[in-house]
Amino acid sequence: MSVTTETRAALVPELAGSASRRAPKDARVPIAVGSTGVLLLGAIYCLLPVAWVLIASTKDASELFSTFTFAPSTHLWDNIVDLTAYRDGLYWRWMLNTALYAGIGAVISTYISALSGFALAKYVFPGKATVFRILLMGVLVPGVILAIPQYLLLAQVGLTNTYWSVLLPQLISPYGIYLARIYAAAAVPTEIVESARTEGARELYIFHRIALPMMGPGLVTIFLFQFVAVWNNFMLPYIMLGDDRLFPITVGLSGLLNQGASLPAMYTLVITGALLSIVPLIALFLMLQRYWRVDLAAGAVKA
Amino acid sequence: MTATVDAPRGDTTPAPRHPLAPRSPKGPKRRRAKGALTPWMMLAPGIVLFTVFMAAPIFYTLALSFQKEQVKGLGLGGDSRTREFAGLENYVSTFSDPEFLASVGRVLVYGLILVPTMLGLALLFALLLDARRTGAKGFSRVSIFLPYAVPAVISSLLWGFLYLPAVSPFYWIFEQLGWDDVPSLLSPGLVIFAIANIGLWGGVGFNMIVMYTSLKAVPSDIYEAARIDGASEVQIAWRIKVPIIMPALIMTALFSMIATLQVFAEPMTLRPLTNSLSTSWSPLMFVYRDAFTRDDIYSAAATSIIIALATFAISFLFLRVVQRRAFGQED
Repeated sequence: MSVTTETRAALVPELAGSASRRAPKDARVPIAVGSTGVLLLGAIYCLLPVAWVLIASTKDASELFSTFTFAPSTHLWDNIVDLTAYRDGLYWRWMLNTALYAGIGAVISTYISALSGFALAKYVFPGKATVFRILLMGVLVPGVILAIPQYLLLAQVGLTNTYWSVLLPQLISPYGIYLARIYAAAAVPTEIVESARTEGARELYIFHRIALPMMGPGLVTIFLFQFVAVWNNFMLPYIMLGDDRLFPITVGLSGLLNQGASLPAMYTLVITGALLSIVPLIALFLMLQRYWRVDLAAGAVKA
Repeated sequence: MTATVDAPRGDTTPAPRHPLAPRSPKGPKRRRAKGALTPWMMLAPGIVLFTVFMAAPIFYTLALSFQKEQVKGLGLGGDSRTREFAGLENYVSTFSDPEFLASVGRVLVYGLILVPTMLGLALLFALLLDARRTGAKGFSRVSIFLPYAVPAVISSLLWGFLYLPAVSPFYWIFEQLGWDDVPSLLSPGLVIFAIANIGLWGGVGFNMIVMYTSLKAVPSDIYEAARIDGASEVQIAWRIKVPIIMPALIMTALFSMIATLQVFAEPMTLRPLTNSLSTSWSPLMFVYRDAFTRDDIYSAAATSIIIALATFAISFLFLRVVQRRAFGQED
């Protein structure tokens, strides 16, 4: 996984640069109560379910249905212990699976997108326009519609119900390639590529050592997009996997909820599981917030 | 484990058309003949994965959608079932299935509820974030964007509990107020709003960020000029900001419409909590049931193609807007 280090290296200058770029606050303008209030209402609406799950996961099974919704209790640790005990730590296995599908999957996918995007942006070759047009059509094909035929095809080679069946179909991201092309075109000056070539650098060396770091911030955005896409894709693992030891969190929790219909004690496990699964995600989002500068209209990622 | 990714074995790499083919005059002068292979090598992993996991499934679905299974004799024994050409039979039966039409109708209503509400609120929030006199911007921006990190299954699960009268804080409030007969949001007539609310919660922040980003790209001296001319902040928002970010609004609208057509995870997750959701509530649930519960992959294939074509029809606009704007800066 040489990609991870490349991406991290590219992250550092961005982190340093963005702090100074932030505009100074204009203290002279008085704050309007109305607009601030409306915005805060929106924030409260968005935080409400998160606050609820935080409190609900501290309750035991009987308190969940009897005490006031937002009255916290003291059973968070017990619930985590119960969840961990559930079928010998199956939940934590789901967590690791999710990290594999979404994390590793998105890293590889970003690398492939970067490679393709760089080739499309910086080389002139016959057939380029056709290749790009075909890939671009892929942006419009909704992944969920592919899930069933992908299942049927993978079933023929006996790959369903394996890690590969969820990982492989999500390595290709036409939208990622599309973004990477825009990003390579904007961030990698052709003259630098040319002069490296004159000095005898190999093409792949140019890509890895010169282009990738320059595309860094854009690649983080592509990674985040792909990460969210995989993490959000419920249908593909739901169809592909039968063995619950291979499940990602989403499919696993939805199965637990199904059992809850007949076994209400499951609800506390589901709620605690939901809380623990969104904590790392929220942390990742807060850390990488600045990379979400997306202008869909220009198709551009602003750095 | 990266073998499949790193080694595309070079077999499907299409050859460059021909060395004698006219070369673009813009191309670097010193490119040698062997250099022409480089971009294809770089594109190879993408092209192989695209072919195997996108193009092949599409053609396979297309082929399946024109076939049917024919049972010969008593249907016993391995060879008694054969595939036959069915023409448009599967398409006709999908279009004449009242359950499919009902699911399409539900999704259209769902989209009509969700898309305008979500984009209206996203625009309002983006404009407020961009307004000079709004406070607590950082906190609000992060809070509203946060649900985007929560996958649809988890958010449906959280809201599902918040809708349950025994757990919900809203019903607790209603009880205190003495309103006993407030209908459950999970009842048949209201469940569509319950699902739309989950979509709204998950999507409003992302769309807000997209709009806010394009607002930030506008040079602020335009607004200064308007202020000097005596325009109010509301006038500036409506007359200047909204028209300027119109392309972003069109894009977010198209993406949101495409997403509503594919609603699947939310109703699937809510099903254990309510009796109001049928197994064919949305078109994708209908496809899923055909393929896996009824084992009729041919009919499921035809329905998938119909949904894909509907998506293409909507997305066609997207391409036309995007292509013109995106590639100005390239050589």
